[in-house]
Amino acid sequence: MKQKLVSSLLIILGAVFIAVMLIVPLCTVLAYALRQGWETFASAIRDPYAIKALRLTLLAAVVTVALNTVFGVFSSWAISKFRFKGRQFLTTLIDIPFAISPVIAGLVFVLVFGRIGWAYSFLQAHHLKVVFAVPGIILATIFVTLPFVSRELIPLMQAQGNEEEEAAALMGAGGFKIYRKITLPHIKWGLLYGIILCTARAMGEFGAVSVVSGHLRGKTNTLPLHIEILFNEFHLTAAFAVSSILVVIAIMILILRNIVEYKGKKAGSEDVR
Amino acid sequence: MYVKLEHIYKNFGGFRASDDVSFSIEKGKLTGLLGPSGSGKTTILRMIAGLEQPDAGDIIIDGVRVNDLPASQRGIGFVFQNYALFRYMTVFDNIAFGLEVQKKDKKFIKERVQELIRLIGLEGMEKRYPHQLSGGQKQRVAFARALAPNPHLLLLDEPFAAIDAKVRKELRSWLRETINKVGITSIFVTHDQDEAIEVADEIIITHQGRVEQKGSPAAIYKNPTTPFAAQFIGQSLILDDYTKLHGFDKTGTYTQAVIRPEFIQLARPGKHLYQNAAEDGIVEDVFFRGNSLEVRVNVKGMRLVAHCSLEEEAFQPDDPVSVLIYRLFLYNHDQVQLVENRMLEDKNPVFI
Amino acid sequence: MTRFIRQRKKNKVIPGFALSMGITLAMLSCIVLIPLLSVILSLSGTTFAEFLATITDKQVLVAYRVSFQCSLIAALINCFFGVLLAWILVRYRFPGRRILDGFIELPFALPTSVAGIALTTLYSDSGWIGRIFAHIGIKISYTLIGITIALIFIGIPFVVRSVQPVLEKLDRQYEEAAMILGASQSKTFFKVVFPEILPAMLTGFGLAFARGLGEYGSVVFIAGNIPYKTQITPLIIISKLEQFNYDGATSIALTMIIFSFVILFSLNILQARVNKVTKV
Repeated sequence: MKQKLVSSLLIILGAVFIAVMLIVPLCTVLAYALRQGWETFASAIRDPYAIKALRLTLLAAVVTVALNTVFGVFSSWAISKFRFKGRQFLTTLIDIPFAISPVIAGLVFVLVFGRIGWAYSFLQAHHLKVVFAVPGIILATIFVTLPFVSRELIPLMQAQGNEEEEAAALMGAGGFKIYRKITLPHIKWGLLYGIILCTARAMGEFGAVSVVSGHLRGKTNTLPLHIEILFNEFHLTAAFAVSSILVVIAIMILILRNIVEYKGKKAGSEDVR
Repeated sequence: MYVKLEHIYKNFGGFRASDDVSFSIEKGKLTGLLGPSGSGKTTILRMIAGLEQPDAGDIIIDGVRVNDLPASQRGIGFVFQNYALFRYMTVFDNIAFGLEVQKKDKKFIKERVQELIRLIGLEGMEKRYPHQLSGGQKQRVAFARALAPNPHLLLLDEPFAAIDAKVRKELRSWLRETINKVGITSIFVTHDQDEAIEVADEIIITHQGRVEQKGSPAAIYKNPTTPFAAQFIGQSLILDDYTKLHGFDKTGTYTQAVIRPEFIQLARPGKHLYQNAAEDGIVEDVFFRGNSLEVRVNVKGMRLVAHCSLEEEAFQPDDPVSVLIYRLFLYNHDQVQLVENRMLEDKNPVFI
Repeated sequence: MTRFIRQRKKNKVIPGFALSMGITLAMLSCIVLIPLLSVILSLSGTTFAEFLATITDKQVLVAYRVSFQCSLIAALINCFFGVLLAWILVRYRFPGRRILDGFIELPFALPTSVAGIALTTLYSDSGWIGRIFAHIGIKISYTLIGITIALIFIGIPFVVRSVQPVLEKLDRQYEEAAMILGASQSKTFFKVVFPEILPAMLTGFGLAFARGLGEYGSVVFIAGNIPYKTQITPLIIISKLEQFNYDGATSIALTMIIFSFVILFSLNILQARVNKVTKV
């Protein structure tokens, strides 16, 4: 009886916490977005600047996720399938972006490519622009999300061990064949999971992008930055309307994430047997 | 000689896994590398396979030095300790993998795989995945997969370690028969002396990165040539002061002795044929061992272990007992010698 | 480099070491290491006295304190609720459990600026929750409380997701053994379960704390950025940048980098200690 009471109490406490901290803010976004009616909402998200910002956000996300997936796949292969000195150190280096403020991530690219940066004269000579331009936004986003995929893969691949790969290599299989036939089926859900997390973060990155973007409307404004401008100019309804696009994407990502996690766990439990 | 290792050295960090290892193996023989864990036996196997590189020394297979040859070109089949079956492939695809890599003809692959599946007796299970097989079945698939590309040399790392005790017995004789049938030169690693003695044509004992002794199971059992081999093989007990026993004098520089249950015969007091060669002891414990009784007796403060037939009247704890010791292995730090009980050699035994 | 070549020789069984290592090092250097080293490079024109003056300026010192204090409190609160949530999600079956589980990652999925404006509006004096507290005279938005709430929001998933897998793997036999020996439920939790999840909780704490120190998007709106009161360190960096004071921004950034490394490093040591004690 007492046990039942304790468990109910704990569940209620946890549920209230999640409701107040996570669900109510989510509802706030939707409520404010629609509070002046459907028309205002529609015109806010049909605003050309909003659409351009959405495009830039998607572009940055796609490029970032593609490159970070490549990085994740190769770095996890190097770290989990081989023994070498400094392996632990390399793993730590990969985690650096998690320990550093996104604002600093933006700052370092300003220091390299900006007016005072050591690469600036080279860029000038070739008429290239990184800071306050799209490449800077993409670079900063890659920096911030670099570890996502490899962090998912490394523990999975280390737990799998090397014997299957060794067995295949002993029989003369090449690297690509080994990866496709033996490693990939094992890590595919983990890989997908990492990609989803990376996508979410890449689309929502604010601090780093805000430093390198320069906030040029219609040019270097991503959706999160566009929301900031709308909010600071007291266009509350528009800000929340645009936000609601991102909320919908976030919820889709959450659902996808849960499906992938469920499938991954199912596949994992079959492995054990 | 088919496989030959010459002065192999291998270090892992500060750990010396191979310390001047040299031995050779005849074609067609089934050889067991036997040693306690950490003795370097798996390292030797992995170096022959090409999964590890020796720091120094030569590995020669069929007259060719293979040190610089990639593992996949050494013509070796390898059975991993935990089988390393490809868990996302069926039994058929697992066995076919090596042939597919060699880009063999589809029809040929099919026939070869079917032939191997018949050999391992898993007909009808081609479509199963590894997680749907029992331990023994997995082990057979791993064996077939290693054999599929027709290797010249088969290497097996602790082939029975992950299998239940009962299935293990069956699988041992199955593996021995199958390897004989296929006629392939094979080397397996084990820490279990019963397994090595039962399965191998020849045993190589490893200890602390060195080869201690090489020989047939019978020779190794009867004539250990190093102190370690004497202690490691059989159900051996170490005696610190063997001179206390009747019929054994201090011999040379030998300081300690090894005794095995089969060196001891127990009898009721006064019933021994060679009464003056026997010791008086007290039974401490009796254990039922299925096909025999294991009796622990205390002789002059030393605890000895002997086996008794179930046919005889069983000893009880605290029974006085007459203990006859036929022989001992005496050893010092680098030599072993078998000595017989001096009293038994006397030409004039005393009859009672 | 010679080390890597030797390495290749050692492990030539599994292919692809040179390629994967090459790509890893190349990307890591271009994206992270070289840009980070530019921080030090670009400070070469600054004297140590200038550096010291910038990072000990009163406005900056207050910002450090605000960042540190709010992150620490938020991370501690997240430790409590994180363990609680992980516990109910793993040990109890109740309607809505899967949905609750699915929502934990919302702060990872939701862009921080969206979270920032939502929290600011919600906790302002006219917002749904802010209104209630305004009645009893507590302001949340534009105060340290508001910053802490934003950091709690950001940090929730870290502790839950660190502790959850450990709890799932934990062998219930230990608990059952303790129960049979007559230990009460709470005693069983604190003496048997808690030591097992402590290292994971510390990991989660470290991640949440580090994220809190650097967080910008969700905090900048609710903080209100009142100098000497609610400015956080990342904001100071941005405002220095907007004034084209690159040396100032870089000096503070370097201090932050060093600080967060020290925190992660000491947490690692602490974790190693705890691991030694709990793993017999």
